[in-house]
Amino acid sequence: MAFDYDQYLRVDRLPHIWCPGCGHGIIFKALLRSIHGLEIDKNDLMLVSGIGCASRLPGYADFNTLHTTHGRALPFATGIKVMKANLHVIVTSGDGDAVAIGGNHFIHTCRRNIDMTLIVFNNSIYGMNGGQVSPTTPYGSFASTAPWGNLSVHFDFMKLAQGAGATFVARATTYHVKLLEKVITQAIAHKGFSVVEVLEDCPTAYGRRNKMRGPVQMMKFWKDNCVMIDALDKLPLEEAKEKIPIGIFCQTTRQEFTDEQHQVAQRAMGEE
Amino acid sequence: MSGPKFKSGLRLMSGNEAVAEAALYAGCRFFAGYPITPSTEIAEVLSKRLPQVGGFFLQMEDEIASMAATLGASLAGAKSMTATSGPGFSLKQENIGYGCIAEIPCVVVNVQRGGPSTGIPTGPMQGDIMQARWGTHGDHPVIVLYPDGVEDAFWETIRAFNLAERYRTPVILLTDEVIGHMRERMFLPKPGTVSIYNRRKPRRIPEKYYPYQGGTQDVPTMAPYGEGYRFHVTGLFHDRTGFPTNEPAEIDAEMRRLLRKISRAYNDIVKWEELFMDDAEEVIVAFGCTARSARAAVKRLRARDRKVGLFRLKTVWPFPERALIKIAKRAHVKKMLVPEMNNGQVLFEVERVAGRYCDVEGLQRLDSEMITPRQIIRALREN
Amino acid sequence: MKAETTKEAPKKKGKKVKGPPQIVVNTAFCKGCGICVEFCPKNVLAMKGAKAVVIALDECIECMFCELRCPDFAIAVYPAEG
Repeated sequence: MAFDYDQYLRVDRLPHIWCPGCGHGIIFKALLRSIHGLEIDKNDLMLVSGIGCASRLPGYADFNTLHTTHGRALPFATGIKVMKANLHVIVTSGDGDAVAIGGNHFIHTCRRNIDMTLIVFNNSIYGMNGGQVSPTTPYGSFASTAPWGNLSVHFDFMKLAQGAGATFVARATTYHVKLLEKVITQAIAHKGFSVVEVLEDCPTAYGRRNKMRGPVQMMKFWKDNCVMIDALDKLPLEEAKEKIPIGIFCQTTRQEFTDEQHQVAQRAMGEE
Repeated sequence: MSGPKFKSGLRLMSGNEAVAEAALYAGCRFFAGYPITPSTEIAEVLSKRLPQVGGFFLQMEDEIASMAATLGASLAGAKSMTATSGPGFSLKQENIGYGCIAEIPCVVVNVQRGGPSTGIPTGPMQGDIMQARWGTHGDHPVIVLYPDGVEDAFWETIRAFNLAERYRTPVILLTDEVIGHMRERMFLPKPGTVSIYNRRKPRRIPEKYYPYQGGTQDVPTMAPYGEGYRFHVTGLFHDRTGFPTNEPAEIDAEMRRLLRKISRAYNDIVKWEELFMDDAEEVIVAFGCTARSARAAVKRLRARDRKVGLFRLKTVWPFPERALIKIAKRAHVKKMLVPEMNNGQVLFEVERVAGRYCDVEGLQRLDSEMITPRQIIRALREN
Repeated sequence: MKAETTKEAPKKKGKKVKGPPQIVVNTAFCKGCGICVEFCPKNVLAMKGAKAVVIALDECIECMFCELRCPDFAIAVYPAEG
């Protein structure tokens, strides 16, 4: 059945500003379906973002929404979550926002294991600003500030998040929409800091400079090159090395930051 | 309230401790900070004290995150504070601007040290006067208070919270290394006896709530997140709904309201102290630790029948220009002397305001040592 | 079966309608990226100018992928009842 997105949208703000073929809308829709599936009340959901295309998302959604400064969505969200622990806090962030200017906040939020969800819209480029190289631009790719090709290797979000201590780490793509919805749902339901990286496309700022003919060709790349992480072992080693794993990389539990904060307050208040 | 929560009575405290304790009296329940000399004791005290009153202390990964978390907590309904010193104050500036345009009440303490850059972490200076005014980019309203001792730091901190809440804006509390680290005897009041202002919440139903509709005082009411008002907050220019706008007329109206809400409240915000001012021919305009030397100088000179008075800024910004003009216009006022531990940041303002009515002289020290009463007396004699 | 290009929903959204599936393209929102057309397993959709149109509704197997992958809230699929 057609999903009624309107119930979660600020319909008068649409259509959105994203370019034809931009993956952001696909992720946005998966997020709304996940929230619906979890039966979260609109008043209990907090969407926070930084700066960039992905950060315009909260403005379209009928929740508590906050559009902050570049890279700083996570610490803003941390302040909110500590004060209002009952809120489901979800941060939408681009790759530059999350791990370039916001990289320090990213690793420390992972470390704290605060009960929030970060969805990284990874299109390998600074889209809104016009196609500058980002920390997730592949080595050798072209960008407006990498006219000779990108000279450095891109971040691996999955390793970064796990290394820093996130307790739920998953990756999906805009092609694998069902997986996308599933991992976002599990991420929001997870108690602790959850990171979902979504591989997606920026036809305007990335595709154009890298000989990809359009959104369709870009999306086919994910179809042809991604493999579920569990299935990776079954492939011959040479083939497996070429593939991009998707799915859930890590799902563990440990003490959660807000709980700890509240327990400390309880203990301190009780002392005479 | 008693027990470990609030111990009223006579206490020996440092300025930093007084700021931390005052924050609790004012209702602060969230602090996010990053260690930096000479402000660190504020964080240390609050890390212990906040949980005792049911509040939360967060040591963040950096100064920027501290400012961001402070704003986030305020949006969620808490009175919140952060504290820092020069280099950290520089780092916080972008998010302070966010607090101004998004109209988020909070208190930012800057215990000034020598600068620029790392400067002298353990020594006082007063070089952040202009940064407190213009540190973040773009035109923005600002409230900056500057106490001159431990007890004053306590009361000005409470005033900072009250102003932040009343005018929905970040308030900067400047102190300096001397004020922060000196210990003085002070009287801690009974908690219920302190006058506290809490932000006005909307009375309208959520469907009719506009988070940026100014109302009669140009200050919008503020709903905390998560209580049924699903509104949008952005650092982009926005209209009364909170959603971004590119319409020049709407931008103009919002910007002018933002500036007006502070400028029209001059009488409520701008405070100063006068000492021997009634017949003063020479006026010392001073603030912070320098005002302590100025007070001593005034007393010594009065003992020698010199007609010297002290005008101490308690509010630095908005600048108390109406009060100073009135004084400068008095027929018997011949001169104003502005001693300060910077290269003349307040001198510049006093010249602008009073320069056409009387002589204005400066006295500056840039070596991170306090200006002494003797230097001030000598400066008055020489001029 | 005639191509369905109306931008009005057939009935109330979220309610099943009787008869064959219906695919509604909101042409005001469609930005013409072509993703729905390319990944439809049955070639139900095609590009006409810069907008997606339904050309073979009878072939639709109601997999919903066009709706799920549309970035622009522009396609709604209403499966047949029963």
